[in-house]
Amino acid sequence: MSRTIQNIEPIGAIVLAIIWVSPLVFAFWAAFHSTSDAVNFNLTASWTLDNFRTAWDGAPWIRYFLNTFALVTVILIGQFIVTTLAGFAFAQVRFPGRDLMFILVLMQLFILPEVLIVENYAMVSRLGLFDTILGVGMPYMASAFGIFLMRQAFKGVPIELHEAARVEGCSWFGILWRVYVPLARPTYLAYALVSVSTHWNNFLWPLIVTNSPDTRPLTVGLSIFGAPENGVDISVISAATMMSVAPLLLAFLIFQRQFVQAFLRAGIK
Amino acid sequence: MSRFVQIERRRQAIYGWILLSPALVLLSTFAFYPSVATFWSSIFSRQTRRRPSEYVGFENYSDLFADPTFWKVVINNLIYAGATIPISIVIALAMALWANSKIPARGFIRTAYFTPTVLPMIAAANLWLFFYTPGLGVLDQIGGLVGLPSVNWLGQPSTALWAVIMVTIWKEAGFFMIFYLAALQTIPEDLKEASDIEGASRWTYTRRIVLPLLMPTTLFIMVNALINSVKLIDHLFILTKGGPNDASKLILYYIWEMAFAFFDAPHAAAMTILVLLVLGIVAGIKFTILDKRTHYQ
Repeated sequence: MSRTIQNIEPIGAIVLAIIWVSPLVFAFWAAFHSTSDAVNFNLTASWTLDNFRTAWDGAPWIRYFLNTFALVTVILIGQFIVTTLAGFAFAQVRFPGRDLMFILVLMQLFILPEVLIVENYAMVSRLGLFDTILGVGMPYMASAFGIFLMRQAFKGVPIELHEAARVEGCSWFGILWRVYVPLARPTYLAYALVSVSTHWNNFLWPLIVTNSPDTRPLTVGLSIFGAPENGVDISVISAATMMSVAPLLLAFLIFQRQFVQAFLRAGIK
Repeated sequence: MSRFVQIERRRQAIYGWILLSPALVLLSTFAFYPSVATFWSSIFSRQTRRRPSEYVGFENYSDLFADPTFWKVVINNLIYAGATIPISIVIALAMALWANSKIPARGFIRTAYFTPTVLPMIAAANLWLFFYTPGLGVLDQIGGLVGLPSVNWLGQPSTALWAVIMVTIWKEAGFFMIFYLAALQTIPEDLKEASDIEGASRWTYTRRIVLPLLMPTTLFIMVNALINSVKLIDHLFILTKGGPNDASKLILYYIWEMAFAFFDAPHAAAMTILVLLVLGIVAGIKFTILDKRTHYQ
């Protein structure tokens, strides 16, 4: 009796795990089979790459990949610069109005860029950044979350190191660059992983501010490709979906431990 | 001496503001100014070719309150939040407890739970489309095996919203699991030993010791889940487009539709302000009540 109870939990855990991966596994399987075999669950059907060929020819995927890649890079560089400077100011520089400013920054955690789409669209157009990668990335660069994270990381740096560098005649910028940034490397890594996976997957804002294949990221490209109006069949959509999630998914499976650690560090601190 | 201190203080102030300026410029441009501008445009009428935009006070808001679609969308979003928040938290907790215990195939289990988190919502929607398609979809095929009739999950008002909710839970439960896992690892081993000595069952230990210790994490996750219930709408674009008959339309999708499909910016702005108000209340609760108990130092 107690044996059965003991076994219930592992079985529950495994059943849930199987349910959780099944959409992915099924789409993967369908991507390699013809539509009629896929919808009929013909498990013995032969494997094919036709869906990938059709999907590949249906949209400028390489362009989309490059756009997404450029987008996450631009955002990450911007975020690193902005959040490092602001995080350092909040952690180690004393100036009047600092606490008020910090509250203002934290408020942005709740003024989601997603909610302000209408005015941000107007702003980006006004700045002449409509349909540019910079325009897609800019609203995310001053990330309150990142500033908060960097502040926490910089606060953990022993003040003795700061003093020592100052005695050696290091400038403020020198201290930041030579003492604080290297010591916060794990936080940068964590933040980078979270940022890249967030913006690799972002959809609504890029949908609004991009208007051509030259700037469109993967998610937007995928949604246009799979739109019912295009009449693409489901196996081909699966193939396209697999193609577009493959890089991040593979990276995740390989660096799983670091990935999870990164999310933990980013979420908890 | 005091002169020196004063100069040093002033220098620090200048440095502080210089360091902060890029962040402040960007935040003002893309968060603070747009919030104010949104409010401003919400109290003016829509500009048409014949009539210029004019001040209308809170008319846009009263239009919204008189609009049945608006209420439909608000109720949908309440159901969406009311279902996704508790269900994904409970599942996340179960996942974390399992993934943290000595269980066979733990590596596979953890990976399986977390994988949806790294997928774009759009891709997730495409995967689930396969499950929901009437006649062909996996759900129908499984139902067919036990003799259930074919169901158009996304095409009928009674199920469309729930189909959307399911995808959201699938997407976010694994993410929340991570926070629980982290918290579980900070629970000291001796508490388990002590309760073993006392002869407490695993269930009692979980309920009396683990769950109370996880409370701050739960509150943190709740705030995140609440924000997600406003933000996570990407899959609507693939699965239902808010239909049928607005049955699965959520607030942010309606804002998007109003602004970019119907070109009615003032009403979209009014709705945005209402969302910001709600988020502001959540923020207020978080910073005043919750932060006293959570792990921010």
